[in-house]
Amino acid sequence: MSVQDQIKGFGITFRTMLSRPLTLGYPEVKTPVFPRFRGRHQLWRYDNGLEKCVGCSLCVAACPADCIRVVAEENTPEHRVSAGERYARIYEINMSRCIFCGYCELACPFDAITLEHSYELSERDRDRMVYTKDMLLTPAPKQPPLRTEGQRI
Amino acid sequence: MTEPFLIILIEALVTVVIVLNGFAFATVWERKLLGRFQARYGPNRSGPNGYMQPLADLLKLIFKEDFVPEGANRLLFQLAPLVSVVTAVTAIALIPFGDPIHVDGYRIQLVGANVSVAVLVLFALSGLASYALILGGWASGNKYSLLGAARSAAQLVSYEVAMGLSVVGVLMISRSLSLVDIVHGQQASTWYIIFQPVGFVIFLVAAVAETNRAPFDLPEAESELVAGYHTEYAGMKFAMFQMGEYVSMIVISALGATLFLGGYAGPWLPSSLGFIWLLIKIILLLFGFIWLRATLPRLRYDQLMRFGWKVLLPVATANLVVTAIILAVFFQT
Repeated sequence: MSVQDQIKGFGITFRTMLSRPLTLGYPEVKTPVFPRFRGRHQLWRYDNGLEKCVGCSLCVAACPADCIRVVAEENTPEHRVSAGERYARIYEINMSRCIFCGYCELACPFDAITLEHSYELSERDRDRMVYTKDMLLTPAPKQPPLRTEGQRI
Repeated sequence: MTEPFLIILIEALVTVVIVLNGFAFATVWERKLLGRFQARYGPNRSGPNGYMQPLADLLKLIFKEDFVPEGANRLLFQLAPLVSVVTAVTAIALIPFGDPIHVDGYRIQLVGANVSVAVLVLFALSGLASYALILGGWASGNKYSLLGAARSAAQLVSYEVAMGLSVVGVLMISRSLSLVDIVHGQQASTWYIIFQPVGFVIFLVAAVAETNRAPFDLPEAESELVAGYHTEYAGMKFAMFQMGEYVSMIVISALGATLFLGGYAGPWLPSSLGFIWLLIKIILLLFGFIWLRATLPRLRYDQLMRFGWKVLLPVATANLVVTAIILAVFFQT
């Protein structure tokens, strides 16, 4: 290594010292996500309040990690939950097995399940990692910010 | 002229307090500076901007289990970190921080001990410090620690020679081994770095090698030989080794600042406030140490030894000879 190269090396470190660090100050600053980022799942409803999910279990068939459990039930005139003939009485996703591939979203013919942006899914108890239908119907409390055009990191 | 015992005691206390705080700040600044060199923040969570980090480290190390390995020599194992710290902190007593001040009719000198052979004592202390490494490595009862200690000791001895020779040029110009006289000499003429640029460079390189800092830190690098001579040390003993290393870094920076950069002499400020200038110079040299660590890759052990004996020593000797000739020819008194 010649002397000029070594001096150039010192210049590089010195210039890096003077520039702004690239660290994101998590948790005060959250990592921004792209629009099609696959995070926590969400079950959707129609505007009139009926659930979109009819319990067809296509998402169960599509899931490579086999982490969705669906038990369907007939819609009765007194107790109508979904817009079709049947509804999902039990809809559970085991988040510790999910690989967030998005195949369930692709497989669903009714756009009932999508992957949203929330990625802060830690729990202190393994049992709390199995998300039930009620948990999945409600959106996540805090969504991370969307990435803007030309963002540095 | 001896001072009252109380004043000596106060001086000693102030010196030790300054050294301990200096060590604490040096660790945080090193980590934050290293972070900035690497495009990241250093520690910035503990305390305001991370300045409580030394306290956090101290608490963690205090609570660690303090064990002695089974095959270890118990006494020497516990003695080695102490030797490391004591030799380093004692050296602070020899560095002059300013001209004597007069308070309440007492004349207080701002040197812990104004010995007339201060440079010699400093080199003797750094030689003693190499004992700490050898003791620590051998007393661990661990082959790899022993190897790391042996390598480290050989490295220290090699670069000690070059460091001593690089300083002799300054001593020839100042005609005194006392650090106070050297500072006064630089106040009278100019900083000795102008007269001894080669000597300064050799001193810096040898100083980096003497303190086992990058790029000469093979004996204690984490990925080599586990951790060299301080593999088996945990908790407070490890903290003491770290303290010895950082304080010796501060001492060598202070020595370099005093020998080559004018010590506590500086414009504008009166001599008794000269410690501010000395502090600035020490911080500059410490910045140089950290910059070297951030930039250069580690030297392999044979490259290190070859550089010390085949490059640094001849250049130091040549510097000595040339300085002697110039002084004898042009400055005969």
